[in-house]
Amino acid sequence: MKNRIHPALIVITVLTFLFLLGPLVVIIGSALSDTSYLTFPPQGLTLHWFTNIFEVSAFTRTMGTSFMLAIGGTTVSMLIGIPAAYALARYRVELPAFLGNVFVLPILIPEIVLGFSLMKSLASGFGLPIIVALLIGHALIVLPYTVRVVGASLNSFDFSIEEAAVSLGCTRIKAFFVVVLPNIRAGIIAGFILAFITSLNDVSISIFLTGPGVSTLPIQLLAHMEQFFDPTIASASVLLMGVTVAVMAVVERTLGLTFLTK
Amino acid sequence: MTQSLTLENISAHYGSTQVLEDLSLHIAEGELVSLLGSSGCGKTTTLRLVAGFLEPTAGTIHLGDRDLTRLPAHARDIGLVFQTYALFPHLTVRDNVGFGLKQRKISSAERKKRVDTMIERVGLNDLADRHPANLSGGQRQRVALARALVIDPPLLMFDEPLSNLDAKLRVDMRVEIRRLQQANGTTALYVTHDQEEAFSISDRVAIMKGGRIMQLDTPEVLYSQPSSAFVANFVGFDNMVEMEVVSDTGDMVQAQMSGGSLIDLPKSRFKVPSKKFLFAARPEGLSVTTEESSIGIPTTLGMRTYIGRAYQYHCETEAGTLLANGPQATPRPLGQVAKLVPQPDQCCLLPIES
Repeated sequence: MKNRIHPALIVITVLTFLFLLGPLVVIIGSALSDTSYLTFPPQGLTLHWFTNIFEVSAFTRTMGTSFMLAIGGTTVSMLIGIPAAYALARYRVELPAFLGNVFVLPILIPEIVLGFSLMKSLASGFGLPIIVALLIGHALIVLPYTVRVVGASLNSFDFSIEEAAVSLGCTRIKAFFVVVLPNIRAGIIAGFILAFITSLNDVSISIFLTGPGVSTLPIQLLAHMEQFFDPTIASASVLLMGVTVAVMAVVERTLGLTFLTK
Repeated sequence: MTQSLTLENISAHYGSTQVLEDLSLHIAEGELVSLLGSSGCGKTTTLRLVAGFLEPTAGTIHLGDRDLTRLPAHARDIGLVFQTYALFPHLTVRDNVGFGLKQRKISSAERKKRVDTMIERVGLNDLADRHPANLSGGQRQRVALARALVIDPPLLMFDEPLSNLDAKLRVDMRVEIRRLQQANGTTALYVTHDQEEAFSISDRVAIMKGGRIMQLDTPEVLYSQPSSAFVANFVGFDNMVEMEVVSDTGDMVQAQMSGGSLIDLPKSRFKVPSKKFLFAARPEGLSVTTEESSIGIPTTLGMRTYIGRAYQYHCETEAGTLLANGPQATPRPLGQVAKLVPQPDQCCLLPIES
């Protein structure tokens, strides 16, 4: 017996993939174009625009800042998010329900409002150095991802496992590290990656918090595009895409990607 | 180094709700006592108090002469077996079993020896290097049992350990639990809602209701001499009829039911608690007869159900519907007029509770 597939399904599937992958093809094409302006299909082929990224010091500097912020901001959000997610899951009955939603606020509030209020409070109000304000801002916008994704694996965690460890002589704190953490590892890695990518690609918060001398790669790309409409921006985008794909590939190899779709 | 467990005047609250009320319980060294009751009766709360996961609002808990009441859970040295097995998913069977010894800083050579012995005793030699995800429910509970036993605890506690297993396995596992508990001579507290399970393996059973122990005794005594209507009902005395003593003639007491019928109760078996009392009978304690001369409760037979070893009749009487069993050999028709004759060894008399 043969499964019949409706022709419309094939058409919709193809269109969906075109919609998802088309822009990426355009970007990759533009990045390779041997012209001094963005164009597609590419005219001539060159890797010049890729090397250009590393020759323009503004790009290399902001790339460093971006990676530093993504790692730093995600780490800070993990330090807050894992204990928060643990408390929310462990004391689900005792804690008021709205508390869980508080941690999602950063993605519910319009980013422009959040960015502006962070600028007013962190940068203007407390007069924090730009890099510190950026770090706090990034930690804040990725917090919902860490709390939610880590929370998802904690919700399926059987807390009697923790009690079993305690009954066998572990203190509560030790049991958390020895028994709880290893079993929510997948959630932590998934949360870290989601947060890392979100931070790396953020524009709306960073644009308010960056200032003289300190910028992130996406902001630098924006600024660059306003002045020069050359394919560097496309090649930088391809590079960011490459980093994302590489991270995903590593995760797929070690954990399987299914936990992201669960 | 097994020890006795003593709970004295324990009370516990969840918020403002009282879940245990002045509960006292003593389990002797090497004894297995079950807490039996429906959900919300306080049996699991009691276990969690002893384990140290909850704190009592009043009372004391002693293990041997050690006061556990305010001791943190990890320092109590109690072997626990959970309903969900609670194995460490990221560790092999061997590491699961060895976990407690590792916490106790036992040398790895000594640890290996004790773990291997224990794994052998629960019959899991071939599975020692597997992870829990690759084991069946029964195997998982064996690992949990080995993990709790290997630390040689003075007290073992079981929280509905067999609820997640199928019926056949439940019977095998409870025998296994009893065997290991007796072989080690470990004092044990066993929480369950399954009467058969509790009765089959316990030295004594505490039947609980509303945060209190209603009756604590050997299964034999509970089964034949319940002390209250609640316990009687719990252990299968499905029929309860109010009665009043009308005459006392030497070795017989004659009593009258609310509807007027009389029954005879031999004094050799029954001790009448007061002038008015409750007469309780199991379905097999009322035999259905059509002999005119017999003394019993007049009835009209209603629905008949087949329960395997007998037929069960829903009998309409002046005191309401009673359940009575009749032999398989003679199925009786619906609507037949008959009498229910009490069988003394399947009946008991109880005080009327206010």
